[in-house]
Amino acid sequence: MVISKKPLHFIVAALVAFLPLVNYANTTTDSTAVPVEAAAVAEGQHHAEEAPKDLKTEIKEFIGHHLMDSYDFHLFSYKDDAGVEKHIGFPLPVILIDNGLQVFSSAEFHHGEHAAESNGNYYRLYHGKIYKVANAEEEVAVDEHHHATNAQPLDFSITKNVFMIFVVALIMFFLFTNLAKSYAKNGGIASGAGRFFEPIILYIRDDIAIPNIGKNYKKYMSYLLTIFFFIWFLNIFGLTPLGINVTGNIAVTACLAILTYVITTLTANKNYWGHIFWMPGVPTPMKIILAPIELLGTIIKPFSLMIRLYANMVAGHVVLMSIIGLMFIFKNWLGSSLSFFLAFALSLLEILVAALQAYIFTMLSALYFGAANEEHHHDDHH
Amino acid sequence: MEKLLDQFSLGLFFWQFLLFVGLILLLKKFAWKPILDAVNEREEGIKDALLSAENAKKEMMNLKADNQKLLDQARAERDTMIKEAREIKEKMIADAKSEAQVQGAKMIEQAKASIESEKNAALAELKSQVSGLSVDIAEKLLKAELSNKESQSALVEKMLGEVKLN
Amino acid sequence: MQIPTIVGAGLIVIGAGLGIGKIGGSAMDAIARQPEASGKIQTAMLIAAALIEGIGFAALFAA
Repeated sequence: MVISKKPLHFIVAALVAFLPLVNYANTTTDSTAVPVEAAAVAEGQHHAEEAPKDLKTEIKEFIGHHLMDSYDFHLFSYKDDAGVEKHIGFPLPVILIDNGLQVFSSAEFHHGEHAAESNGNYYRLYHGKIYKVANAEEEVAVDEHHHATNAQPLDFSITKNVFMIFVVALIMFFLFTNLAKSYAKNGGIASGAGRFFEPIILYIRDDIAIPNIGKNYKKYMSYLLTIFFFIWFLNIFGLTPLGINVTGNIAVTACLAILTYVITTLTANKNYWGHIFWMPGVPTPMKIILAPIELLGTIIKPFSLMIRLYANMVAGHVVLMSIIGLMFIFKNWLGSSLSFFLAFALSLLEILVAALQAYIFTMLSALYFGAANEEHHHDDHH
Repeated sequence: MEKLLDQFSLGLFFWQFLLFVGLILLLKKFAWKPILDAVNEREEGIKDALLSAENAKKEMMNLKADNQKLLDQARAERDTMIKEAREIKEKMIADAKSEAQVQGAKMIEQAKASIESEKNAALAELKSQVSGLSVDIAEKLLKAELSNKESQSALVEKMLGEVKLN
Repeated sequence: MQIPTIVGAGLIVIGAGLGIGKIGGSAMDAIARQPEASGKIQTAMLIAAALIEGIGFAALFAA
């Protein structure tokens, strides 16, 4: 358990190291906070002119948008001198299955301001989702709960999250194939970035896979290693200012959890099923009661995996962004610098959580695989 | 809960599944297998090296023990040889001593015997010479004494006077 | 009378917090008693905490 101690030590050390800088940092944040506040105030005034929106709801909306997937890779937006909103980023392809394949660039939505047209079909963005509309002028109809009532086409677009998954997959592929190649080149010793990742791979093998799964660990190693680095990298990417939230998306975590469930179920031996349907060592009536509970348990396990990762990431992002948002709400130097430090400390904590959630997901997956592979659980000498 | 379900995007799920499974398979073939094999190989190599070092150490110890044993043996042999030599020497000395003694005694004995015989011979010669001399002297004396008739008759007289008839 | 869901969420957070706190405290005790077993204890602690957290989140989303 080296990995769980070191980040903690690091965070404590970093916080202590930062203490003497408090005074100095206060003055700098104070001086930088002024233009930021001014900008925020200016923006608030501008908004006040066009729509009665206060800063709090704006921040709330911004967080909501950040948490959601989007059809373009949006870095930031600003207002030019003429008061026109400019968005910096690049559009991603939209792929819909609606009377055949419809492929077009998300730039055609003009950030939700226009309806996009493809082969005579019109689509409109509404709250991050694509709805079909009859013509270019029609708006998405909403019911009294603000739910859209228009039809949703089957959506296989390369969204921001898909794009990031692809990027992370590419990074992982090049990183680890390079590591694999470096062994041959370097006489069995890792070189470069592999020196950092090799101990982690060994940690996953020696402290996660072998103790939890046992002697059959080899066939699960690929999955465990991939899932650990995949979640970890995506979590870390989520902390960057790129503003992506892939692991905080229920579809992504659901996919990972379902894979764990499928692998557990497919590789389970008869011992595992025996424990679910006919628990040995308990009276017969209890066996009948236990069977559905155990069966439900097998589904609850991956469900909790899914929810845990999703909720941790969403909660981390929401808290972090709310505190950053507080900087703009507090219109004095004390509150702004205070929330700056809170955000800084929380960011460090989130780095720990990023690794911890990847670790827990991998660990629990290994635990479930181990349960599916267990032999002679109830020995005679019980 | 409805919010959660509302957020669920089938497209994202589809792409995630496709990319992730592809990633697992690709990494398994091109990364994890070579990495784990290399690491295993290295670990085996380290284990082997340690084992061989241990063996070499053991062999060395054995060799050392052997050497010690040989040395001990040689030393013991030397000791016994020295002891034997000393014994032989002592025995030789003792033998020589006793021989010399015997020889000496014998020589003394012989010398004694020869001295005795010489002495006896000398004595016998002396005796015979003394007896011859005395006879000679007596002869001369007698000749001188009995050279005339009166002295002869005087002597006879005297002698007859001396001899008293009882 | 309708109890607002935010009250339920608060109750869930209190319960989960107490549970995780108890696990952490017990783990600290165990590590203090047996420092050589700290690795195993930490692993077990993380698993137990993760399970409680999972239930907590599940309930939070249901609320």
